Amino acid sequence: MKRKAYIVGAFEHPVRKSPDKSTAQLHAEAVAGALADAGLHRSEIDGYCCAGDTPGLGVLNMADYLGLRLRFFDSTDVGGSAYLILAARAAEAVEAGLCDVAVVAMAGRPRSEAMAQTLGSNPAQPDLPWERPYRMVIPASYAMVARRHMHEFGTTAEQLAWIKVAASEHAQHNPHAMLPKPVTVDDVLASPSVADPLRRLDCCVVSDGAAAIVIAEQGIARRTGRPLVRIIGAGQAARGTHGDELDLVSSGAVRSGAEAFARAGVTPADIRYASIYDSFTITVLVQLEDLGFCAKGEGGRFVADGALISGSGRLAVNTDGGGLCNNHPANRGGMIKILEAVRQLRGEAHPAVQLPDLSLALAHGTGGSLGGRHGSATLIMERE
Amino acid sequence: MSTPLPAGPSGIDTEIFFEAAREGRLLLRRSRLTGKAHWYPRPFCPDDGGETEWFEASGEAEIFSFTVVAGSEPYVVAYVTLAEGPRMLTAIVDCEPQALHVGQRLSLTWRETTNEGQPMPCFTPQS
Repeated sequence: MKRKAYIVGAFEHPVRKSPDKSTAQLHAEAVAGALADAGLHRSEIDGYCCAGDTPGLGVLNMADYLGLRLRFFDSTDVGGSAYLILAARAAEAVEAGLCDVAVVAMAGRPRSEAMAQTLGSNPAQPDLPWERPYRMVIPASYAMVARRHMHEFGTTAEQLAWIKVAASEHAQHNPHAMLPKPVTVDDVLASPSVADPLRRLDCCVVSDGAAAIVIAEQGIARRTGRPLVRIIGAGQAARGTHGDELDLVSSGAVRSGAEAFARAGVTPADIRYASIYDSFTITVLVQLEDLGFCAKGEGGRFVADGALISGSGRLAVNTDGGGLCNNHPANRGGMIKILEAVRQLRGEAHPAVQLPDLSLALAHGTGGSLGGRHGSATLIMERE
Repeated sequence: MSTPLPAGPSGIDTEIFFEAAREGRLLLRRSRLTGKAHWYPRPFCPDDGGETEWFEASGEAEIFSFTVVAGSEPYVVAYVTLAEGPRMLTAIVDCEPQALHVGQRLSLTWRETTNEGQPMPCFTPQS
């Protein structure tokens, strides 16, 4: 009989500013939290996945710190999208019999450490001599995507602002959200420019934090008694800057989404809840188009007028408040995207934002720089 | 004088480019097979995998997208489309940022970096 893997543990550390706890400790607390959620013991972990936020050489230093004895591990790093890829790898490893209980974990303290907001640090990186002098800070990259989208499709700052408004409407129900206060379109438009056309309220929070999930083999998963959430489709893509890869209005989500939907055997029309990476408002808009929720160029109209607000909108997006209002630990939001999708599928989201009778959810992440090199990863999850 | 740009790391295969840059000439690399140019310069063609050669660009470009990064000294980062085809990350200098627009025609200019004044190609609006 074919082995199956289920997400049975999910934990988002409540901390948003952590001056007194190390990144390693936060990481360990997230692992412990996800294990407690699953009702499993740490001695049962034989698979462990983490990405570039994790201190040390791949998995080695933190696996040692945590006292893990591993049969399977992976430390693929593509920034904020890494955790969705690692979740898919962990589930595949469990299903292939490479391990029985896998943990995917992350933590970081950019708020306390004033972590540099630049990409690329290895001087051997081949693009660095040609790009570093121009000071393309991360908001500048996303701003150029927004500018080009506005130019090609007439997208407006007001439409982008609606994405932040929806996130803030959700965040007011999240007791841990870093920015729990609802804002209006006018509030967004009145906030100062960061890299035009993006304003401060178009940008995600910078938060300390940690999160983890536990993926277990079917027999163990059933024993936990937790709702059985399974990844039924996954896709990943890496986009570069050469030739038509750099059109600034589309992302790797075109490929990662198509692959995930094909594997899952469902379509965007089947999805009522989606966790969509929201490093900036424009990130959400481009990815919704690329995932097929609307046609390319239609994203502005798709997101406007509260369309992403749970209950009243056409598609509930980021009901925890997202990176825009809730949490963006280690400047990497992908794990949090998985967590809110799991909460929705379990019926454990806040009652004010919970979708009734949900059996399918999508989580999508982008890592790196949307207006440049980036990784994209899509998960489609089902509750059995 | 404008503030020098931060320097990138020195590459071991960038000397010819920067020798020409010091003379105000922008070099690109193109496929020996197809003649198609690319940016940033690579010793092989990212399209056909074959050998490449240097050639001098016209210095003509137009704005593909841009942003004004806010701060005490705002600056303009842009992707420009070179007349030779490639799209290039660069800076737009000597300009009125609020007057810039997508599609605007640009000319090559240079800015020194903190690496002993080594120049980097930048662009400025055509008058």
